[in-house]
Amino acid sequence: MVGLLQLLVAGVSLGCVYALVALGFVLIYKATETVNFAQGDLMMLGAFFALTASVILGWPYWATIVFAVLVMAAVGMLAERLVLRPVLGQPAFTVVMITIGVGYVLRGLVTMVPGWGTETYQIPTPFSEDVWRLGGVILPVQQLMVIAMTAGLCALLYLFFRFSRLGVAMQATSQNQLAAYYMGIPVRRVNMMIWGISAGVAAFAGILLAPVTFVHSNMGFIGLKAFPAAVVGGFGSVPGAIAGGLIIGVVEALAGFYLPEGFKDVAAYVVVLAVLLIRPSGIFGETGRKKV
Amino acid sequence: MKFFSVENLGIRFGGVVAVDQVSFEVRRGEVYTIIGPNGAGKTTIFNLIGLIYPATSGRILYQGRELSGSKPHRVAELGIARTFQNIELFEHATVLQNLLIGRHRYRSTALWQELAFTPAVRHAERAQREAVEKVIEFLDLQHYRDSMVAGLPYGVRKVIELGRALATEPKLLLLDEPSSGLNPEETNEMAFWIEDIKKGLGITVLMVEHDMSLVQRVSDRVLALNEGRAIAEGTPAQVQSHPAVIEAYLGSKEPA
Amino acid sequence: MRFVFKTDYAQDIRLVKHGGHVIWYGLLGVVLLAAPWWASEYVMSQLHFICIYSIVGFGLMLLTGFTGQVSLGHAAFLAVGAYTEALLQAAGVPFFISISCAAIFSAAAGIIIGLPALRLKGIYLAIATLAFNVIVEEIITRWHKLTGGNEGKHLKPVEIFGWKLESDAEFYYLCLALTVICCLACVNLLRSPTGRAFVAIRDSEISASCLGVNLAKVKTMSFAISAALTGVGGALYAHKLAFISPEQFTLFQSIELLTIVILGGIGFLHGAVLGAAFIIVLPQVISIAKDWLPEGSAPSGLQAVVFGLILILFIIFEPLGLYGRWLKIRTWFELFPFYRRGMFRRQKSYMKSERLR
Repeated sequence: MVGLLQLLVAGVSLGCVYALVALGFVLIYKATETVNFAQGDLMMLGAFFALTASVILGWPYWATIVFAVLVMAAVGMLAERLVLRPVLGQPAFTVVMITIGVGYVLRGLVTMVPGWGTETYQIPTPFSEDVWRLGGVILPVQQLMVIAMTAGLCALLYLFFRFSRLGVAMQATSQNQLAAYYMGIPVRRVNMMIWGISAGVAAFAGILLAPVTFVHSNMGFIGLKAFPAAVVGGFGSVPGAIAGGLIIGVVEALAGFYLPEGFKDVAAYVVVLAVLLIRPSGIFGETGRKKV
Repeated sequence: MKFFSVENLGIRFGGVVAVDQVSFEVRRGEVYTIIGPNGAGKTTIFNLIGLIYPATSGRILYQGRELSGSKPHRVAELGIARTFQNIELFEHATVLQNLLIGRHRYRSTALWQELAFTPAVRHAERAQREAVEKVIEFLDLQHYRDSMVAGLPYGVRKVIELGRALATEPKLLLLDEPSSGLNPEETNEMAFWIEDIKKGLGITVLMVEHDMSLVQRVSDRVLALNEGRAIAEGTPAQVQSHPAVIEAYLGSKEPA
Repeated sequence: MRFVFKTDYAQDIRLVKHGGHVIWYGLLGVVLLAAPWWASEYVMSQLHFICIYSIVGFGLMLLTGFTGQVSLGHAAFLAVGAYTEALLQAAGVPFFISISCAAIFSAAAGIIIGLPALRLKGIYLAIATLAFNVIVEEIITRWHKLTGGNEGKHLKPVEIFGWKLESDAEFYYLCLALTVICCLACVNLLRSPTGRAFVAIRDSEISASCLGVNLAKVKTMSFAISAALTGVGGALYAHKLAFISPEQFTLFQSIELLTIVILGGIGFLHGAVLGAAFIIVLPQVISIAKDWLPEGSAPSGLQAVVFGLILILFIIFEPLGLYGRWLKIRTWFELFPFYRRGMFRRQKSYMKSERLR
């Protein structure tokens, strides 16, 4: 029982990271119907910026978070402006391939920067080694902080989208771009801001993930697991992304413990295949039909 | 045996009843038109007949056989073809290829023969090409044979859509708003073609239409729908002067 | 300026559209057949790879370019073909049987993922194929007894009726022959009803099914044929490298295959060959550029950056791919001096939600 609880907390903690990455690209998907395969690599770049601020420049932890998030927001907006805007309006498959290309470029650039390269680094956090003891259960503070910080960010985002016009504008542009233009929505600016927010969220996720996987140029591959998370929760649904991420995190933790070796790595993908076969729209997703 | 009939057909999407207990019969060789204001459920009926949506009530009978429960591609094999309101052509193919796909139900060769392109396949391809040429001649599409559909004007696409449906050599042709988006000359041509289809090719036509002059000109009988329900049936003149129809389109006279 | 005047239906049906085709393809054929004489050993090795990736390219082009089903997991079929060949050869099965089995088993794998994927479109299909790829890769790694796991499998040179294909030239002719056969099969398929049904599904599923195309059957067929071709490529791939292990069949391999198809020109069969050639030649060009890098940068990063940049630039500026660019050049010559600059320009499109497709 004690072990199970610890396992669950670990799973939820990792699930939070998946949830954040999934959240990032669900935001982009909602706005532009683009699936951003570079989300994991944005996360990785964010972690590297945080690393630079923290280790090389010596700033305190909370400052590096803000720094990385802001820098990545700028990077996200830049990426949208340079790379995504020229292909605005083309079929989804094309745009997906462009994001894959962006991912490659980001990974390559990171390894080429002197001082970053292919090494593995660590970001010092204020709560690396502490544990909480709750009556026999040992919970690493690190994991609990990840959960808390994720919850905080989600609350912030919820408030932002609920009480700002951006959320509604996002939905309009994702469903019918031409009509959104006609309604006076600055579609391209909305897209740019969404990419900025998404990249910022990715940076946040990267910083939270850093203590678990350490910072290196391939850490973005974890981002691939965010796809199963988004699908399970329902593509296009923000609470779905969170729920999906948590589910995948917990499933992985349980699979790692109870199932033979190797199942942990594929658990997420088996789950996503099962969901796609049974209920492709996921938990919170909606199904739509084309009217002919 | 009735040629084509629909009995108590209905479908609901969640709480919305799009089509409510609609029954009608189409006699062989006639042009039967369904009219009604927007949202009356006309295209939904077409989608029900084409088995794109599953009906929640009622049945569809074609030459004595019940259609419901089959897959959409079976409908084509039975001899029912349709055009779409918002033109569903194959954009990245030539007009010729679009029409040839219309001949899909007449294919007679197996996969291995096609991979090797045996003389049997060559022979079959030639026959399909000839059949398609007849449709091209009928609709005067010679000029556009090898053009990609993607760049063609709207009026031409409507004609190609009709051609593709004709290429299947149907016995029953479902036309969804054939004149929408066409200018008066093109509508005139469309009227001639519908008459030719009925008299020259002997195909029964079930049509949804808004343009009353076209309806008047080509239809034998008309059904008026409003809010998913049938409100009047008869000859074009009868239906157009029916009080319920007038009310549906124009509203009733409110007491002052 | 060339003008093709048609007088017979056969002209629409046959492959060779006009005399120019005969001349140019004939020339190409002669050059390729004479390769062992003019090509160095290094170039021969590259030609092997180009043939192999062309075959796989044909498979993926058929599925993604012509049927519109995005596959992010084609490396899985490559793996099935490669491992089938390795295992059967080790068991002493003759080459033509083992390669046929590679095709059949890959086709079976194609059906396994194709059937459940029938309802899936767009990104869902892509993720499903991605998941399939990861799972297959993991199965290969874990099933130690059968596949040797991470230690991989070795292969001996191809042996046909007792004759060992040990030299570069002999293996080259085998690859070339198989490439030509696969190419002809694809071309034949595309000019017959099934091929047209593929295109119909790509452009509008609803109207395809209203015209009598059995969506389930045709989509599954497309997956199966595509996988079979990829399996054949996989078998040759295994022999070329003489050693296979699970890490050659990762998601990155799948992405590379997809890139071949996109760079070459999606929707054109020639694109598979052009894309394959480009992808094979690219690393050589990059390694020449490595000498200009500043100190301290890892050279491996450059390859990734260039790869990504080329992908991005092609999609933005040359969406029709290499073959598209070739078409434009050829049209310029054919229509000279009447070529208009906007001839191939795509109409500005606005994104409509594909969730409602």
